Amino acid sequence: MLEFMQQLVNGLSLGAIYALIALGYTMVYGIIMLINFAHGDIMMVGAYVGFFSISILGSNIVVAMIFAMVSCALLGVVIEKVAYKPLRNSTRIAALITAIGVSLFLEYITLYFLTAQQRVYPDSAFPLHKYEVLGLVISNKDIFIIVSAVILMIILQYIIKRTKTGKAMRAVSLDREAAMLMGISVDRIVSVTFAIGSALAAAAGVMIGLYYNAINPLMGIIPGLKAFVAAVLGGIGLIPGAMVGGFLMGVLETLVSGYGSSMYRDAVAFGVLILILLIKPTGLFGKNTGEKV
Amino acid sequence: MEDKRRRWGKFLLEVIVLAALFTVVQYLIATGLLNRYYQINLTLMGINIILAVSLNLINGFTGQLSLGHAGFMAIGAFASVIMTTLLGYPFMIGILAGMLAAAVAGFIIGVPTLRLKGDYLAIATLGFGEIIRVVLQNIDYIGGPAGISGISKMTTWPVLFIATVITIVVIVNMINSSYGRAIISVREDEIAAEIMGVNTTKYKVLAFVVGAGFAGLAGALYAHYFYIIKPETFNFLKSFDILVMVVLGGLGSTTGAVIAAAFITALNVVLQEYAAVRMIIYALILIIVMIYRPQGLLGNKELTRRSFDKIWSGRHVSSANK
Repeated sequence: MLEFMQQLVNGLSLGAIYALIALGYTMVYGIIMLINFAHGDIMMVGAYVGFFSISILGSNIVVAMIFAMVSCALLGVVIEKVAYKPLRNSTRIAALITAIGVSLFLEYITLYFLTAQQRVYPDSAFPLHKYEVLGLVISNKDIFIIVSAVILMIILQYIIKRTKTGKAMRAVSLDREAAMLMGISVDRIVSVTFAIGSALAAAAGVMIGLYYNAINPLMGIIPGLKAFVAAVLGGIGLIPGAMVGGFLMGVLETLVSGYGSSMYRDAVAFGVLILILLIKPTGLFGKNTGEKV
Repeated sequence: MEDKRRRWGKFLLEVIVLAALFTVVQYLIATGLLNRYYQINLTLMGINIILAVSLNLINGFTGQLSLGHAGFMAIGAFASVIMTTLLGYPFMIGILAGMLAAAVAGFIIGVPTLRLKGDYLAIATLGFGEIIRVVLQNIDYIGGPAGISGISKMTTWPVLFIATVITIVVIVNMINSSYGRAIISVREDEIAAEIMGVNTTKYKVLAFVVGAGFAGLAGALYAHYFYIIKPETFNFLKSFDILVMVVLGGLGSTTGAVIAAAFITALNVVLQEYAAVRMIIYALILIIVMIYRPQGLLGNKELTRRSFDKIWSGRHVSSANK
């Protein structure tokens, strides 16, 4: 039982990271119905920005995270303007293929300039402490990851529920054309959505750097796919769904590698995806809407 | 009557062109003018053509975006190697086993996933492709992550040539048959096709199974040329490779897929030493083609003798043909 609780605790911090990435997927999907395949790679860029601001500028982890979030927000907006905006009225398959292209581009341009070499997050940025509570071992990294993820989620909820921009975002996701007629600048809202989503991904990237210690140019692919699964699990387009889905995926993954084979860790995520798509494609929180002809 | 004769003439011409192509390359190999380096790339070209043409059947003609093609290739490769290297059957049995295994896998995966649409289907097939790889890595009988080595080289030029031609002929004939029309109707408008009485699920699964089977063929040929196969070779980047060929050539153009596969293979040879640059170029191809020419270079048109006639004789003929 104690071991099970321990796995649960370990899974929570991983789940928080997945939840942050999943939020970006879900927000972008909610607004323009695009699976932003490059989202995991934006996270990777965030991890590198964080790494360099710690190792070169010597900033502390919080500053590094904010720095990564700002630069990735800009990157997200640029990607949207350059690659996705011209395709807004074309088929979804065309948009998806473009997103795959953007994803490959980010991966290999990073690989080209920074080489495939693994980089280790400097320990000095975050000295590890372990605490024992009721027989459970919790590290300060886990606490930092979970607390900052929760803070970011609260800020996100505030933006979406209480601000005018958030209201506009909800309106666009409900009905883009009607929102346009009501005087909402859809282009601006799409940019804001990409900025927020990418900033969350960047924060997750820095957290992954802390969690796994090492980063490399292709690190975004698998967490990106898993976060996507998390978003689908919770119901894509739904913000609470992405949060719950993220935590579920994290816990599930640590349980599988804890009790089963860690070789199957990555396969489980896809297994979950296929199951959920077959049983309830709208996700745990989704409502079924019929297909319109 | 005349029409029939013309069709025969066309057929005869095609046979002669193919036979000539075969003989010339065979002569070059036999006399040693085509060294091993070029032979390897020639083989890769043939394999890539098979992969691109078969993926084009699923992605281009049926309009179902599949990102798991490398998974079927892996199944074909391992199934054929089990038959030949581990059990000692002849290569022909190995090829058939590879195709059959991949087709069966395509059926098992296709039936549930093809209920999904568009981007969900893309992600689900990507997931299945990765699951296939992870499962293969965990089977000790086929060597786990290390894979199988010491496979005897049996993919010769005649085998490769015949396999490529059969793939193209089968898929082109399928597209031009009533099955093909049903398949294309699914791509154009699935709901309308269903209302007209087309069993859309059946045709989607059919295209998926045939496409997977030929991917298995490509896998079998690949395995029996490169001595060693590892599950890791067939990861989703390999699927993206094939996708780039299909997208570049034109979603729904077999000649486009053939040309793009040949072009991309040649590009790989040129950029062999710069792997990262190669992938950056791939990425840019995907983005630029989708933004400026989303239907691919050839669109859904085929490059035939008539289109050559049109190009050579200029606008005159093309306007007269209309």
